[in-house]
Amino acid sequence: MNVIRLKHAPSVVGYASVVGKKEHEGPLGADFDLHDDAGTFGMDTWEKSESEMQRLALNTALAKAKLSPDAVKAIFAGDLLNQCTGSAYGLLSFSKPFFGLYGACSTFAEGTMLASLMIGAGYFDVCAAVSSSHFCSAERQFRFPLEYGGQRAPTAQWTATAAGAFVLSAEGAGPYITEVLPGTIVDKGIRDANNMGAAMAPAAVDTMKKYFEDTGHSPDDFDMILTGDLGLEGHSIAVEFMKASGCDIQNVYNDCGLLLYGAGTQDVHCGGSGCGCSASVVCGHIMRRFQKGELHNVLYIATGALMSPDSLKQGGTIPGIAHLVRISSERI
Amino acid sequence: MNTDSKSYQKYAKKHAPKSPIFRDCVCAFLVGGLICTFAEGLYHLYLFWKLPEDTVKILVPCTLIFLAAFFTGIGIFDDIARFAGAGTLVPITGFANAMASPAIDDKSEGLVMGVGAKMFTIAGPVIVYGVLTSVLYGVVYWIWGLFL
Repeated sequence: MNVIRLKHAPSVVGYASVVGKKEHEGPLGADFDLHDDAGTFGMDTWEKSESEMQRLALNTALAKAKLSPDAVKAIFAGDLLNQCTGSAYGLLSFSKPFFGLYGACSTFAEGTMLASLMIGAGYFDVCAAVSSSHFCSAERQFRFPLEYGGQRAPTAQWTATAAGAFVLSAEGAGPYITEVLPGTIVDKGIRDANNMGAAMAPAAVDTMKKYFEDTGHSPDDFDMILTGDLGLEGHSIAVEFMKASGCDIQNVYNDCGLLLYGAGTQDVHCGGSGCGCSASVVCGHIMRRFQKGELHNVLYIATGALMSPDSLKQGGTIPGIAHLVRISSERI
Repeated sequence: MNTDSKSYQKYAKKHAPKSPIFRDCVCAFLVGGLICTFAEGLYHLYLFWKLPEDTVKILVPCTLIFLAAFFTGIGIFDDIARFAGAGTLVPITGFANAMASPAIDDKSEGLVMGVGAKMFTIAGPVIVYGVLTSVLYGVVYWIWGLFL
């Protein structure tokens, strides 16, 4: 049994999302709490801007939960920057026990899962999960300078300037984190950094298959199955592979990388990516739909590509991972 | 569906949408051609201004380098390049952009370890292998001369 059912399912008592200009101009723009058109959030470097997004996201989530920062017993956070400095500097001022995570674009689900397990096990009563990415800091670290004149591949994805934060508590009126399934590293030998969707899709398929085999549920038992950021390419691969394994997810399946930007209108090629992509979509759009009563049962499967610029230059492959978190309006 | 690594890699390659090569080539031809025509115009303009031909041959690339760096600085170059592709990359404008863009980005790490060190991250290999090739060419040229 790979799936962990949380006997004492923690409640999402606060959630917040912070985004940049492009994300705010996208189809989900109205669902985000804060945005800055300049993308700097008042800071003088892109790295500091990303940290500030994390601080703002957690502060806003706490305010919405009507909790003071003192109530938080531990923070699980991560980002894409070397040594997770986006999180470390951003969450420094909270002065709380801190678990720095790296799961690439799967970080938000990883943080939510670990925070939920800690609360479920009774070690902490209130925890926070935070993650972020910033287009400008990620481009600098992983690709080319911002003003470099190059063309992007049709399969490339756009790193979202976005951050999301959950405040999870042992007590609360829901929605609840009812089940989690930690992902395993899956590597099918994809080496093309411009095709992350294809690199991560096998991990998403692996996690989904394990979940449905373990629980006996079918995709139609859920209002939505939401992968992190497979984008257009990974989304269609996941659909095809799931169908081939006898599990048709098409009717309820969507992807945060596809939801965040306008298809064909925002020049993002295959869609969004980055730790902040699924974090902001879940903490913005998805949680608002829970609040309105439009969603009751969602499988959130965040995917990550676990490579570095150097591993790629050395001819390495791109291993993928997909962590599953089930969000339900009722405890199960 | 077979999901072993090799079959998956083949499948993923086949599944991925391809770059619009024909459109890219046309754009590169038009913009690259326009840049070269502009440079030719500059050449004749400088000659018309009665500048010595040797000076004009240096002045034309210098003007293009300045313009490329200037457009990089005001944030227009990457927008043009997104459309032009190799049209802006191949002429000397591409080299100027490859030097200017990291210099702008990396000023946050300081003038020495930021601008000074990192401005060669893209252009560096071009310089290294350009110089190396010119040395090899010189050696071959010298040996060729011995037999003539």
